[in-house]
Amino acid sequence: MAATTNEPQVKKAFDQRASNDEVEAIEREHWRGILRDIVRDWRLYLMFLPLLLFLILWKYLPISSMIIAFKYYLPTDGVYGSVFTGLSNYQTLLSTGAFWSAFRNTFILSFYGLCFGFPFPIILALFFSEIKNRIVLSVVQVLTYLPKFISTVVMVSIVAMLIRAGGVSSPGPIGSLLQSWFGWSDLINDPKAFRAIYTISGIWQTGGYSSIVYFAAILAISPTNYEAARIDGANKMQQLRYVTIPGMAGTLVIMLILNIGQLLTIGYEKVYLLQTYGTDTYETSEIVATYVIHGFMTAQQGVGTAADMFNSLLSMVLVLGSNKIAKKVSNTSLF
Amino acid sequence: METSVNKNVYKVKKDSAFDRLDPSELVFKIISYTFVIVFAILCLYPLVYCLSGAISGAEAVENGDIILWPVDVQFDAFAAVVSNRTFWIAYCSTIFITLYGTIYAMILSVLGGYALSRKNMFGNKFFNFLLIFTMWFTAGTIPMYLNYADTRDFFTSIGIADQKWTVVIAMGMAAFNIILLRNAFESVPKEINEAAIVDGANDFQIMSKIAVPMSKATIATVALFYGISRWNGYFWASRIVQNSNDQPLQVYIQSWIAVYTDPDRVPVSYDTYSEMSIVYSMIIAAIIPILIIYPFIQKYFAAGVNMGGVKE
Repeated sequence: MAATTNEPQVKKAFDQRASNDEVEAIEREHWRGILRDIVRDWRLYLMFLPLLLFLILWKYLPISSMIIAFKYYLPTDGVYGSVFTGLSNYQTLLSTGAFWSAFRNTFILSFYGLCFGFPFPIILALFFSEIKNRIVLSVVQVLTYLPKFISTVVMVSIVAMLIRAGGVSSPGPIGSLLQSWFGWSDLINDPKAFRAIYTISGIWQTGGYSSIVYFAAILAISPTNYEAARIDGANKMQQLRYVTIPGMAGTLVIMLILNIGQLLTIGYEKVYLLQTYGTDTYETSEIVATYVIHGFMTAQQGVGTAADMFNSLLSMVLVLGSNKIAKKVSNTSLF
Repeated sequence: METSVNKNVYKVKKDSAFDRLDPSELVFKIISYTFVIVFAILCLYPLVYCLSGAISGAEAVENGDIILWPVDVQFDAFAAVVSNRTFWIAYCSTIFITLYGTIYAMILSVLGGYALSRKNMFGNKFFNFLLIFTMWFTAGTIPMYLNYADTRDFFTSIGIADQKWTVVIAMGMAAFNIILLRNAFESVPKEINEAAIVDGANDFQIMSKIAVPMSKATIATVALFYGISRWNGYFWASRIVQNSNDQPLQVYIQSWIAVYTDPDRVPVSYDTYSEMSIVYSMIIAAIIPILIIYPFIQKYFAAGVNMGGVKE
């Protein structure tokens, strides 16, 4: 029931070298048709209205106020009343070493997540698929998906408690163990340990949950493929190599590309909270978002917004680029 | 679909002569069971540790004697938390934000998602783009902070002093969840919609009588996502809410953790419990509702989330 475009008529009209009046009449008819459709679907527009208002007020209004990246923002002048200063905020920002260090940290932290956090759920899904006992399977699924639903505040505080050690009261078991084995203490405050803590706790929290997608892909492989491979004498490694991996290749490629697209959009809440325990870790833990939160929430908001904009633009390029590649590679995309 | 595939696996295994496992398969199976069970235990361990910490005696907690099971069981720390009025104020704030936040987000998302699923609506492509663009490009923390602060001040100026409402209204929805819903509504067979239209049903009726009942799993999943993210939300809630009476639980817990883990602070000792046990008790109290709801909804999200956002 699309808008009545009358395409054959239009074509015919042109074929017959229609006069201007006729073309205009057809156009009028076209717009009238659209208007009719809008009136007919008024309920749909009414349904969309609340969401539209939300998008405008709390998504696009902040985007439009990003204009202060090019202004000398003063809260008293407001977003639109402040003075334009061109690219001076960017000049300030890009000449600051702390920003580049934060930018580098953002990439490294995400890259660690990609290197270690990406393969883990795949391996887990392979193991899940071996478990044919229904009860065991549902129990381990319930347990491994669970950490995903625990709040960042709670998760980070548990991590901090577990690795507490070295001259504090109530040391944690993991901290004590690492201290007696390797002599490490005060890990939460150690810049060298930050990335490991971030990555491992990330795997703990989302590893199980992220395996759902791969597990579904493995389950979708027909059992007859395995049967055929076994008749041909394939052992388990060969079955994995020639049946399972090719069977889930589509999912693997898409997820890899989409993960690459997310490289710059790492959750800052966790970094921010981890930093409240270890204030000495900034040299490795400070990412762009926390750099902005720490430095520009109450002063020089223009410079902070410039940093936000830089990050958002780059991550948009990454997301769109990776999505385009995903579309090309496997005809599948997120958008 | 998942279960039917599973059944097939069973059938093939039972009916054919492949009951015996090749040695490599046996080894892989053993590795799988071991790995998965160990990981599952590791996932549960921190929570068990917290629980043990909450109910262990003062000396055991302070010396770090707790490995897994509680030592010198006491319930005084938990009782101290539960009998604290400010804790319940924070708890009720979180319940308020979770309840109204989820209802509000679901209204926006189900109505909006349904409208977006109707491809023949004029402007549909543009509206979809408006939504999806917010996933590509985010405003960043400073503009969002300024926006939320303005919202809060506006609400205060029109007489809504309760800052929990700002959290509820301004946090709103997540684009990804709406796309999940939209895709679920789109997957309702065309013939059913057409039959309803022939019977004279309008869009309100099609949505409430057909699209929503047929997408129950996705709706349950999305409601779970919203509920959990409101319950767990910390950062923006801590920025938006300034009245300590409107502080949600996560903000409250974080503020106490910051006090107790401050290295410069001399710990206060109580008779039977350590002050760390108070933190552990708060954590347990914050997780309990999630643990209660989670097993009921867990079965939905495997079905509801599977590549839900991916379009072919």
